Amino acid sequence: MPDTLLEVHQLKKVYETASGPVEAIGDISFDMRQGELVCIVGPSGCGKTTLLKCIAGLLKPTAGTIRLADRPVTGPPESMALVFQEYGRSLYPWLTVRGNVELPLRHQKMDAAQRSRLVDDALEAVGLEHAGRSYPWQLSGGMQQRVAIARAVAYHPEVLIMDEPFAAVDAQTRADLEDLVRALHIERGMSILFVTHDIDESVYLGERVIVLSTSPTWVQDDIAIDLAPERDQITTRALPRFTELRTHVYEQIQRAKRGEAVRPQA
Amino acid sequence: MSTPADTMKSGPRGRSRGTRTVIAVLYAVAVPVVLIVAWLIWAGVSPQIFFPSPIAIAEAFVNTWLGPSLTNDVIPSLARLGVAIVLAITIGIAAGTVIGLTPWLRELLEPVLEFFRAIPPPVLIPVFTLLMGITTSMKLAVIVAGAFWPVLLNTIDGVRSTDSVMTETAQSFRLTRAERLRYLVLPSAAPRIMTGVRQTLSIALIMMVISEMFNTSSGLGYRIVYFQRNYLIAEMWSGIVLLGLVGVFLAAVFTFVERRVLRWYHGIKETERA
Repeated sequence: MPDTLLEVHQLKKVYETASGPVEAIGDISFDMRQGELVCIVGPSGCGKTTLLKCIAGLLKPTAGTIRLADRPVTGPPESMALVFQEYGRSLYPWLTVRGNVELPLRHQKMDAAQRSRLVDDALEAVGLEHAGRSYPWQLSGGMQQRVAIARAVAYHPEVLIMDEPFAAVDAQTRADLEDLVRALHIERGMSILFVTHDIDESVYLGERVIVLSTSPTWVQDDIAIDLAPERDQITTRALPRFTELRTHVYEQIQRAKRGEAVRPQA
Repeated sequence: MSTPADTMKSGPRGRSRGTRTVIAVLYAVAVPVVLIVAWLIWAGVSPQIFFPSPIAIAEAFVNTWLGPSLTNDVIPSLARLGVAIVLAITIGIAAGTVIGLTPWLRELLEPVLEFFRAIPPPVLIPVFTLLMGITTSMKLAVIVAGAFWPVLLNTIDGVRSTDSVMTETAQSFRLTRAERLRYLVLPSAAPRIMTGVRQTLSIALIMMVISEMFNTSSGLGYRIVYFQRNYLIAEMWSGIVLLGLVGVFLAAVFTFVERRVLRWYHGIKETERA
């Protein structure tokens, strides 16, 4: 496979709890290429967040390896940015919007002008160039999530990881933010790994949709989304192909919930 | 956030804001004025030797505290108080941060800290007098040792309860240790720390007075005891008034600083209420 960016190989995560070990992730393997937008979708409680935390180097997997740009992930990698679902708890309320976006750049070797340019550029990319001096809590939920995205954009990561970022915003805002993610991917060529529980969202956004099984999790299906790269909330979602793909993903999730899928032999 | 309706209000009806301020001031001073007037009348009707009239106390205040006593007693006392408060807050935050961020140290020290905290601070005076003699450092040590507990314990609690998502954010963006302290741990603990500072201020004032009541020959606490022993009743009361004013001044400075440090915190509170 050319230009493999992220490589997850036979990942396994077992939590030790008081009532014995709980296997959250059974065996997950997948690759992601440079410049791809991959959606991960699965039934609720299937260990999506656990998977992301392992990829982000925040959790130590029980077994298996993760490689980012050919380097093994053992702690939070340098070239990865995260956008969390809980935007209210991921932005720092004592810093302005600008301060939040700038924070991860502070220890990087660059002069103040360059840093300032990166922040301006990122705020512009998410349409918040006017809000730099506001505090996050003065903004709506959707705008706060834009700030979190701007922080990730300014960081110039090799891969952007988003953990159900739009689960807590209303439908209107959600559509706008989805288009923002598509725009960042198309215009800036960002590689994005997008986790969601929303089937429509995964098909609309992704070039590939990886369907996870219920816990202990493995990859149940890996579907190429052969829709045109230029997507539109109204026309794309009305395409027969969109409906087909959505139905396919939906059926896979239903199978996953019923536990019908067969676990791959490692 | 201000809406067009808000800005309209302060436009044509701009006077209403001034009127509101006047009313607020009237509310604030009404009870003190009534109390002082009642006291005046009472002192006129039936003079009491231990409760001189407010006028006598005001005279005593000017004669006592604005004379040589200003440089001999008031300024040294307040200087000690100021230095001790700065030391107590600094030590409290520094030690609290280290203990709060080091789980094994916290578990090791927690029972001991609870014990020392439970000791009434004034009993430290005989101990420190034995150890350090009757010196300025002894007085400083007594104030600091009595007053730094609230900041210390609140900092420990505040520092250890940093939000998990905020911490993961800092980890994933690989913030350095110093950056995490400066931009995450301390700001997020600031509301708790300020709660501790407020208590520290009032304990420090109490400790300052008490530390000057034993074995000394200067200071506000000494003066008040001296006046009482010599039946200078109005002077004694004027000292108590002075201490009350110092307390009010400390509270005002605290509110001023707190409003600035915790602007975001009060902002969130207001947004949630709206």
